[in-house]
Amino acid sequence: MEEGIHRSLGLTDDELDSIISIIGREPNHLELAMYAVMWSEHCSYKSSRIHLKRLPTEAPWVLVGPGENAGVVDVGDGIAAAIRIESHNHPSAIEPYQGAATGVGGILRDIFTMGARPIALMDPLRFGPLDDPRSRWIAEGVVSGVSGYGNSVGVPNVGGETVFDATYQGNPLVNVLCLGLLPTERLVLGAATGVGNLAVLLGSTTGRDGIGGVSVLASAGFSDEETDAAKRPSVQVGDPFEEKRLIEACLELLDAGLVVGIQDLGGAGLTCATSETASRGGMGMDVDVTQIPRREQGMEPFEVMTSESQERMLAIVEPDGLDAVLEICERWEVRASVIGKVTPGPATGDADGGRLRILDGWDGEVLADIPAASLHEDAPLYDRPCVAPATFDESSRVLATDQPAPVSSDAGAELLAMLADTRWVWSQYDHQLFLNTVEGPGGDAAVLRLKHPSTGADTGRGLALTTDGNHRWCAVDPRAGTALTVAESMLNLACVGARPLAVVNCLNFGNPEHPEVMWQLSEAVDGMGEACRAFDVPVIGGNVSLYNESLGADIDPTPVVGMLGVVDRLDRRPPGVGLVDGGRLLLVGVTQPEVSGSRWARERGHSGGHLPALDHDMHLKVCDLVRTLVAGGLLSGVHDVGTGGLGVALAEMAVRSGLGVSVARVADAAELFSESPSRAVLCVSPDLLTTVENVCAEAGVPATRIGVAGGDRVTVKGLLDLPLSEVAGTWTDRIPVALGSGTAQD
Amino acid sequence: MSRRVGVVLFPGSNCEQDMLEAVALVGGEPEVLWHGDATVNGVDAVVVPGGFAHGDYLRPGAIARFSPVMGAVAEFAAAGGPVVGICNGFQVLTEAGLLPGALQKNAGLKFLCTTVPLRVESTDSALTKLADPGAVLRIPVNHFEGNYTCDDETLARLRDEDRVVLRYVENPNGSIDDIAGICNEGRNVVGLMPHPERASSDLLGSADGLPLLRSLVA
Repeated sequence: MEEGIHRSLGLTDDELDSIISIIGREPNHLELAMYAVMWSEHCSYKSSRIHLKRLPTEAPWVLVGPGENAGVVDVGDGIAAAIRIESHNHPSAIEPYQGAATGVGGILRDIFTMGARPIALMDPLRFGPLDDPRSRWIAEGVVSGVSGYGNSVGVPNVGGETVFDATYQGNPLVNVLCLGLLPTERLVLGAATGVGNLAVLLGSTTGRDGIGGVSVLASAGFSDEETDAAKRPSVQVGDPFEEKRLIEACLELLDAGLVVGIQDLGGAGLTCATSETASRGGMGMDVDVTQIPRREQGMEPFEVMTSESQERMLAIVEPDGLDAVLEICERWEVRASVIGKVTPGPATGDADGGRLRILDGWDGEVLADIPAASLHEDAPLYDRPCVAPATFDESSRVLATDQPAPVSSDAGAELLAMLADTRWVWSQYDHQLFLNTVEGPGGDAAVLRLKHPSTGADTGRGLALTTDGNHRWCAVDPRAGTALTVAESMLNLACVGARPLAVVNCLNFGNPEHPEVMWQLSEAVDGMGEACRAFDVPVIGGNVSLYNESLGADIDPTPVVGMLGVVDRLDRRPPGVGLVDGGRLLLVGVTQPEVSGSRWARERGHSGGHLPALDHDMHLKVCDLVRTLVAGGLLSGVHDVGTGGLGVALAEMAVRSGLGVSVARVADAAELFSESPSRAVLCVSPDLLTTVENVCAEAGVPATRIGVAGGDRVTVKGLLDLPLSEVAGTWTDRIPVALGSGTAQD
Repeated sequence: MSRRVGVVLFPGSNCEQDMLEAVALVGGEPEVLWHGDATVNGVDAVVVPGGFAHGDYLRPGAIARFSPVMGAVAEFAAAGGPVVGICNGFQVLTEAGLLPGALQKNAGLKFLCTTVPLRVESTDSALTKLADPGAVLRIPVNHFEGNYTCDDETLARLRDEDRVVLRYVENPNGSIDDIAGICNEGRNVVGLMPHPERASSDLLGSADGLPLLRSLVA
């Protein structure tokens, strides 16, 4: 074999030595290719696993925790909810439309692999600044890809985030979350059991697209455009119509009880699906590589085994059930081919078994012969050096900077600069399919009716979903910033009347070989763990995306939190981000004057300091209070105070309702734009004001009367006074004007 | 006896479950009509729902019109049976020649999902007979190819014969003459881009689709 070929596949010399000691000989090219994809950062989590273990993952309602295709929680009435979040950052940077489209396709398969029907998507997106032509090209392409695939496959996209910031120039973040529902008793896992059972490949043909996607693309940073363009063939191409038929066929196979185990083909393709099902079941598998339907001629076995062609599933079925399986697949026009057979392994007491063998014909040459479990269990585990930046003081948690404290010159202009309506993005997504969407994109959190996935019976309850991330906070202090992010998600759920059930996370970080990046990751995990423990919310799944860097510069640490909640009684729409004429404005919670980490401070050139404190007890009180008020129908409008602080919260409430606000009792710009946590603005009709204030007092939460809704101006006494039309125009036009004015690459 | 409503299911359809739910909500008896079966099973009304039948390959509705079920739908329509095509269903009915004109890409060249106001222009059709004439209904649209177009002669006929049953109050997609929905000469076949099933409950933001859904099962 060619000297050094393992390096071009992304394996280190030490990793090659491990492979040799596992199989007791030099691996051939096919075997090496299989290890290379499975031991890639993307598949093996070799740099992050050691840290992820510190997250709290258990609660009585958790049915499946991290490590499976999706996390699953019991949501009552015989219904389980499967949820997962993933990144498709690198493919989207290279080929925005297909990168984003196949991100949607991949997450859907993770969900219906669990036996769940996907019912909602969310897309947290982060791009470079709007004034950068290439970032606009990426943003347009990504949104078109999400829209083109998601709408066609028929799963509503109910929210997410869209952030533009220079840190993502050259390396956008395209995360995608999917929620699915299943009858609790139908939960299936991706395990192959039963010697002689058949592995049936469903769906698309296998082509040369996406070869090495996990190793070439996802596990390396970006350099220059020429090199990046050369990676384009490693991006897969999606076909939502194939996926739609695949979903229907798979769910029908599961309904009919014809499937022993089922696994999607994602990163690392057939190598991952065959080895993972076999090793989960404690079995081995023989795969006849000639049985795999191909898209093109002359494909080498290593190409077939590592291709990431989309819209494929691997079902493990009993030989007696094969005809029925083929009949259902034919009805849905889904290709189905027997490509493998389950062989003995540790689960059948066969210590020498558990082999994954790739054969050239059932009785033909053995092309590869390796222990199936070694691709997963023996993957390298790195405890990479973690070093805090020299400017960060770990005892005071202050990021030192010689930048002067931010100064306000014109609070009105500073507010306008932070406003952007993301409707341009989400109006391109079907967000209403399945007649569940009570609150769609644009609010604090999405709210969906909870109907039984088999009977369609309405439970009278709802599910709520939000995704949140804040790279500015995490750049100052990744631990506290991540905890604040979890807190923000909780408050977003409270604003729609929901209590949290579970967290999934997508940890987007830079190059793990940089000790500061590993420190950020480690700290972020601890911050998430602390907050989730304090708030009793388990982390049931996640995804780690590393090597998010461009030209040697790492992105700001960006852990994205997806939080699922439940609305115990959904008989009215939540009040939403809005106002009623004459409504009284109450600010609940405590404002800390600290502005470090805020968007306002960063835009004033200040990027260090100490983040506002998160008081766990007060945060729980505020969330309980807001949830109680929403559930009781006592509010006319509600909005959490997040990015851009009270100023942005008020402006958003104003423009969304077409009403002005007149606010006083805000001391200065720092107080107006501080992002200190555990605060919300309530709009209360005058006749309910005393009642609401009493509820706040009983809850032990400070509530301040700050103003009144109405009129055609947005006024904060002593700080700003703007015509509502200007605020609304700025908010509405920013993204469409930037993106509608023509985009071009190069 | 409640009215049996058949909802056609092509590979790639995705609004069929919503339509089944909405039909049941207004007291109809819904059932699925599989695209490969050349029959409408003796139902009292047929809905061709939204989605991406056959992936919208070639052109929306271009392949679906050849499905065996469509022959039966055409016969049912010719015999005066009520047939309603919603969104992709409207595109299928124009491709099948059951309604005139065509749906082209939105003027904004983007997919658009939003709720728009529509005016009921004629109550003389299978879908609007229980609606109030002139009423403005808030109903979601959700399409990329919803920009209705036809030649001048057809447009003149549609207007003269009062066959524009629904018009956009705010035109979201560039449709000629603000057309949101039309009917055939017999007034039993109706096509529209907006989704009345998505406006079937205040909890979802609008219940304005109910008069249309009730017309279908009345």
